[in-house]
Amino acid sequence: MADIAQLLADRDALAIADVSADTQRAAEQFLYRQAELLDEKQWDEWLALFTDDGFYWMPAEEDQTEGDGQPNIFWEDQDLMLMRVARNEHPHAHSQAPHNRLCHVVSNVLVESEEPNGDLIVRSRFHCAEYLRYEVRNFTGKYRHYLRKTDDGFKIAVQRVDLVNREGPYEYVLQWWL
Amino acid sequence: MSWTTEQLAGLVEPDRAHRKAYTDPEIFDLEMERIFERTWIYVGHESQVKNPGDYYLAQVGRQPVVMVRDQQDQVHVLFNRCPHRGAQLCSARQGNAGNHFYCSYHAWTFHLDGKLESMPAKHGYDGTNLDFEDPEFHVSRPARTDNYRGFWFASLSEEGVDLKTHLGESAAAFDQLIDRAPGKETEIVGSCFRMIQQSNWKIFLENQLDSSHPGVTHESIGKAAQHLENKIREDGRDVPMELAFLSDFARLGHDGWTKFGTVGYRNGHSSLEGYMGLRPDDPDTNEYVRLMYEAYGEEKAEEILGINIHHMLVYPCMSIQPPLQQLRSIRPLGPDRTLTEIWHFRLKDAPEAIYRRSLAYYYLVNSPSTMVNADDLFNWWKCQHGLESSASEWVSFHRNAGQDIDKDGITHSAPESMSEMPLRHMMHAWREYMTAGAGD
Ligand code: FES
Ligand SMILES: [Fe+2]
Repeated sequence: MADIAQLLADRDALAIADVSADTQRAAEQFLYRQAELLDEKQWDEWLALFTDDGFYWMPAEEDQTEGDGQPNIFWEDQDLMLMRVARNEHPHAHSQAPHNRLCHVVSNVLVESEEPNGDLIVRSRFHCAEYLRYEVRNFTGKYRHYLRKTDDGFKIAVQRVDLVNREGPYEYVLQWWL
Repeated sequence: MSWTTEQLAGLVEPDRAHRKAYTDPEIFDLEMERIFERTWIYVGHESQVKNPGDYYLAQVGRQPVVMVRDQQDQVHVLFNRCPHRGAQLCSARQGNAGNHFYCSYHAWTFHLDGKLESMPAKHGYDGTNLDFEDPEFHVSRPARTDNYRGFWFASLSEEGVDLKTHLGESAAAFDQLIDRAPGKETEIVGSCFRMIQQSNWKIFLENQLDSSHPGVTHESIGKAAQHLENKIREDGRDVPMELAFLSDFARLGHDGWTKFGTVGYRNGHSSLEGYMGLRPDDPDTNEYVRLMYEAYGEEKAEEILGINIHHMLVYPCMSIQPPLQQLRSIRPLGPDRTLTEIWHFRLKDAPEAIYRRSLAYYYLVNSPSTMVNADDLFNWWKCQHGLESSASEWVSFHRNAGQDIDKDGITHSAPESMSEMPLRHMMHAWREYMTAGAGD
């Protein structure tokens, strides 16, 4: 996936592709659904959003062009995501009792590019409130999705999440993806 | 109330400590005065300021400092404060100051060693007491600054032992961070992860060498990692070694941690002997050992690799895991708030796989998305709140109390125990620091 991470880094961050209303709508629906699955903790469906070799990536630095081999806030493939679900749902995950609640708003959905094979690069902005231990924390940032067109609909090859408050300090740590 | 020396001393008994030591704001201020603004406090590693003009901010006790490399390649630690009216000279956490510090308030400029260079409309100071040679008008520096093999420290007190004496046996952790590199150098990777603990700084230190907690606290991630290992095996794939960092928590269980001894050194430092990842037997480690033999010769290489430290606490401000090249500095913000900065180092000329292994540890255990420290943080927060209760005035350190083994000023935990010796040891050092020169 290093190539796709690099691709996201190299692309013009202001690009907008001239796509059909259907494509635009499909991209938006995909992102809204992803946010719903996360907020509603539907983990099987969440994992199925990613390709088998897909990555959820939150870089530690603004100018990072690679996730592999670098310090990251998140760099998780299917295996690590599965482990995160198993751990957070474990009855002895002390810090997850009481369970948190997440609430996402995703907006400003722009298709940056549409590849000849139908793959999309989609840019959007999000805000997420997390209710944890009876307090609210706020996270906000930019998503860039590389969506691979498959027979099964779009799948995430790489989702890059750039938090505006990435350098922290983190009051408490992040236990779920944002 | 203001605390007398006697009262402070009374907060620590051989096998317990008073809850006020963790919760009282006045005690916190006294800790800053008598520990953090007196003894040697870690500032940063020289590789954080690689090039002339590079600077990096840190904090010594309650005071802001900046580590900077000047044009002559000398590293300085200065107070981050303009001698004119007090503005901080650098506001980004890190950056490059160029040839001089430029104060954004009235444009005074300073050489990177702190000397006053110039200011606009200089003639306004003609006939005044402002003197360019007077250190009063330079960016001032802590009473003492020094480094141990590139790791920089500051002490805000003129008095006290020198850095090397202060570090004593704990210097082995820094030696390990460098000597374990076949290229004999170590370098910071990227920037640090900064996390706030909503708990007292001592609770953090106590946790780091508390071998009776991991099997309990980290059970959920241990089980989840085992679950993943099994799945990977069933799929017929190779299980990545680094998952053992996590599944060990489940494998060792609640009471399997007795094989890891702890040692207490002078000045409050202490260590946990090796487990995880010290010297596994796999092709990457073997290749690394070969490179170490090549660089140092077999005997010396074995001596370096044989040092049995998984975790070293450099009292009062650092937690270092040399076999995995992790270093954490501790910056107390209040009795119930502590900032930690976590760094990861790369061993020069070590195989990429060795770097990847420690990077995996950095990610899985120490990153802002860790599922390991998450449960620690929550326990510390719970302790902090629990200690607000006066149900009992005491925190218990009774596990294997009375069985510590003292030898030449060094204390060893009872064999085959999960002794709370390091906790007793640190609180006894705390009492020494807090009562030394106090009350006069
Ligand atoms: S405060 Fe720095 S120049 Fe005035
Ligand atoms: Fe722990």
